[in-house]
Amino acid sequence: MVAYLDHAATTPMRPEARRAMLAVMSEAGFGNPSGAHSVARAARRAVEDAREVVAAALGAEPSQVVFSGGGTESDNLAVAGRSSRGPVLCSAVEHDAVLESVHAAGGATLRVDAAGQVDVDDLKRALGAPPAPGSVPTDGTAPASPALVSVMTANNETGIIQPLDRVIGIVRRKAPSALVHTDAVQAVNWLDPAPATAGADLVSISAHKFGGPQGVGVLVVRSPAGLDVTVHGGGQEAGRRSGTHNVAGIAGLAAALAVVQEDREALVKRVADLRDRLTDGLLASVPGAVETGRREDKVAGICHICIPEVESEALVFLLDQAGVCVSAGSACASGATQVSHVLRAMGVPEELAHGALRLSLGWTTTDDDVDAALEAVPAAVARLRRTR
Amino acid sequence: MKVLAALSGGVDSSVAAALLVEEGHQVVGATMKLWGGPSDSGCCSVSDVDDARRVCHQLGIDHHVFNFSEDFQRHVVDPYVDAHRSGLTPNPCIECNRHIKFDRFLDRALQLGFDAVATGHHARVEPRPGGTAALVRGRDGAKDQSYVLSMLGQAQLSRLILPVGEMTKAEVRAEASRRGLRTAVKPDSQDVCFITASAGRTAFLSDRIELHPGRLVESVTGATVGTVDAIELVTVGQRRGIGAGPDGRRHYALSVDPAAGQVRVGPIEALMTDVVGVGPWTWTAGPLAPGAAVSAQLSAHGRPLPARLGADATQVHLAEPTRRVAAGQTVALYDGDEVLGSAVAR
Repeated sequence: MVAYLDHAATTPMRPEARRAMLAVMSEAGFGNPSGAHSVARAARRAVEDAREVVAAALGAEPSQVVFSGGGTESDNLAVAGRSSRGPVLCSAVEHDAVLESVHAAGGATLRVDAAGQVDVDDLKRALGAPPAPGSVPTDGTAPASPALVSVMTANNETGIIQPLDRVIGIVRRKAPSALVHTDAVQAVNWLDPAPATAGADLVSISAHKFGGPQGVGVLVVRSPAGLDVTVHGGGQEAGRRSGTHNVAGIAGLAAALAVVQEDREALVKRVADLRDRLTDGLLASVPGAVETGRREDKVAGICHICIPEVESEALVFLLDQAGVCVSAGSACASGATQVSHVLRAMGVPEELAHGALRLSLGWTTTDDDVDAALEAVPAAVARLRRTR
Repeated sequence: MKVLAALSGGVDSSVAAALLVEEGHQVVGATMKLWGGPSDSGCCSVSDVDDARRVCHQLGIDHHVFNFSEDFQRHVVDPYVDAHRSGLTPNPCIECNRHIKFDRFLDRALQLGFDAVATGHHARVEPRPGGTAALVRGRDGAKDQSYVLSMLGQAQLSRLILPVGEMTKAEVRAEASRRGLRTAVKPDSQDVCFITASAGRTAFLSDRIELHPGRLVESVTGATVGTVDAIELVTVGQRRGIGAGPDGRRHYALSVDPAAGQVRVGPIEALMTDVVGVGPWTWTAGPLAPGAAVSAQLSAHGRPLPARLGADATQVHLAEPTRRVAAGQTVALYDGDEVLGSAVAR
C-alpha cells in the first residue's frame, strides 16, 4: 500500500477523463481536426466541445481558449509572446516555467513578503520607477512601459494564494498597456478559476493537476492586445499555437475540468479537513517543525512544513521506503533536490529550507493516507536526527 | 546486506551494482549530483543521471539522486581554485573522494540504514586478520584506482564494497554487454569532471580568479629568462612554455611562487629529487614506524618507487631521484599492492 501525497506533482486521472480519452482514441475521434472530411470533423467536434467547457469554467469566450502542451508551454507562450513589446516582470516565487521565461527575456522579479505573497509596494515601485539618472533617453522617447506582469494564482510549493486582485488593480492604474498573466496551474482544483482569475488577461492551466492527462494545457487569452506568435506552423488555435491538436488529451482535460467544477465545493471541504489534520498532527509530533506561511492563505490541498536538523532529500528517501510518496518541493532536471527559490524569496532561514517537505492531497486522498504520513514522518525525522 | 551503490552513469559502477544484485544483496542505486555547471561527462550531467537511472531500471532496483552540489562546491571546487591561486597543483578527484563520496555519501547511506556503500572503483578491499580491512590495487594494473582511494581509513574501508576490483576493464565491459546495460560501450571519463575539454582549465580558472603574469627565473643565476601569462596555471615539472637554458637544453618549472610572481626554472637535473615533503598522513590501518620501507606512488598512473618514511614522517625518501612532485599532489604509500596511507605533498 502506497500513501500518495504528491498530488501537486500529478493527481490521478478522473475516470471521466479516462473515458473521454478512450472514446476519442478508440472510436471515430482519431482524426486530425484540421482536415476536410468526416473523420476530421468528428475530431474537430471533440476539440470544440472541450473548448466550450474550458471557456465556461474559466469565464472566457471559446475563441479565447488556446490549447497547449501543458502548463509550462502556456507560461512560455504568455511570456515570450509579450517580451518583444517591453519589459516583463514576475513574482520571485513563480514556477520555473514563468521564472525562467522571464529571465530568458531579460525581465525582473518582484519581491514577496515573509508570508509568501507578492510585495505590492515592490510592484508599485517597479511600475512607477522613474528613469534612473543617465538612462533618460536623449531622443525624447519615454522609457519602455512593462508589457507583462505575471503573478501566479497559487504557489506550487507552498500553496499560498497570491493577492491577484490587488496586483491587477495596481497594473491597470500604473501600467495600463501591460497585460497580467497568472499561472493558475495549482489553483484549479481548489478555487473556482473564473472568479479567481477574473481580470487577468492571460491564464495558464494544466490538465494533470486536476485529474486530466499529462501533456495538455490551456492558455486563456482574454486580451485583444494579443501575443506574438512563438510556435510557428500550420496555424492551429488561430495561429497562437501551431501543431496538430492532442485531441484525446484535450477531451480528457475538459472532462476532468467538468468534474472538478461540479465537485469542487465538497472536495475542498473534505480535503481541507484532511490537510488540517495532517498539518496539525505533524506540527504536534515533529519537534521543531514549522508550517510555511499562514494556513488561511493556502489552497486546501497543500501541507508545507520545514523541519530543522534534517535534510529533506534524506527524509523523502526514508518516507519513500516507508511507502509514503511526498516531495521536497523543488527538484531539478536530474531529479536532485535543491533548495527552493520560493523559500529563499520568503526569507526562510537556510537550515529550515533544507528540511522542506511538501505533502499534497487530492481527490483520492483518504484518512488512511494521512494516518500513514502521521506515522512515517515523525519516525523518519527521529531516525535522521538520531544518526546525524 | 543493504548496500547503497553509487552509480556515476559509467560502465564500472553499472556492473558493480549488477554484481551486487546478483549476489543477493538489497541494493539501491544513487547518483550524486555534484556540479551544476557545464561538464563533458564525469559524475554530473543530466545524461549521466539518465544512464544510471536506466541501468537501475534494468536491474530492477530503485534509483535516487542526491544533490551534494553545495558540498562539492565547498570541499572540492573552491579549494581547487584557491590551491591554484597559491601556486599548488591540487587533485580534485581525491578531494571529492575524501569529502564527498566517502564522507558525505557514506554518512547519508548509514543514516538511511544501509550497511555499506559500493562504487565502481578498480581496487580491492580485503579482510585482514584481526578484523581490519585492507585496500589493495585492482587486478587490472592499467586501470588501478587505489591511488585515488589511498586516503581511506578503517571507518570507510569497513563499509566499502568494490565489486569490480577483481575484474579487468575488458571483463567489466564484457559483463555490461552480456547484461545489455546501456553503459557497456560508454567511453571512460577523463580528467576533472567540472572542467570541459573545450574550454579547459584556463577558462575555468580565469572566470574565477585573476590570473597574473609571472617571471621565469633561472634557479642558479637568479636571472630572469622569460615570462608566463598566468603563473596560477604553471605546474612544477612543466616544460611547455618554460623555454631553454643558454646551452639550448630544455628548462622545467622547479617551483611556483605566485606571491613573488616568479617561477624558478632549470634543467632536468635540478628537477630531480629524492625527498618529498608531505603534510599529515591518513593511514589505512595505523601509522607506520619512521624509517619503514615502502613503495611510493606520486601520481595517479605513476610507477611505485622504492622509498622510506622519513624520521619524523614529514618526508618520504626515495631510493632513486625522480622528478619533483608538485605541491598539492598526493603521495600514496604501498606495501606491494596494499595501500598503507597517503599524504599531500608540500
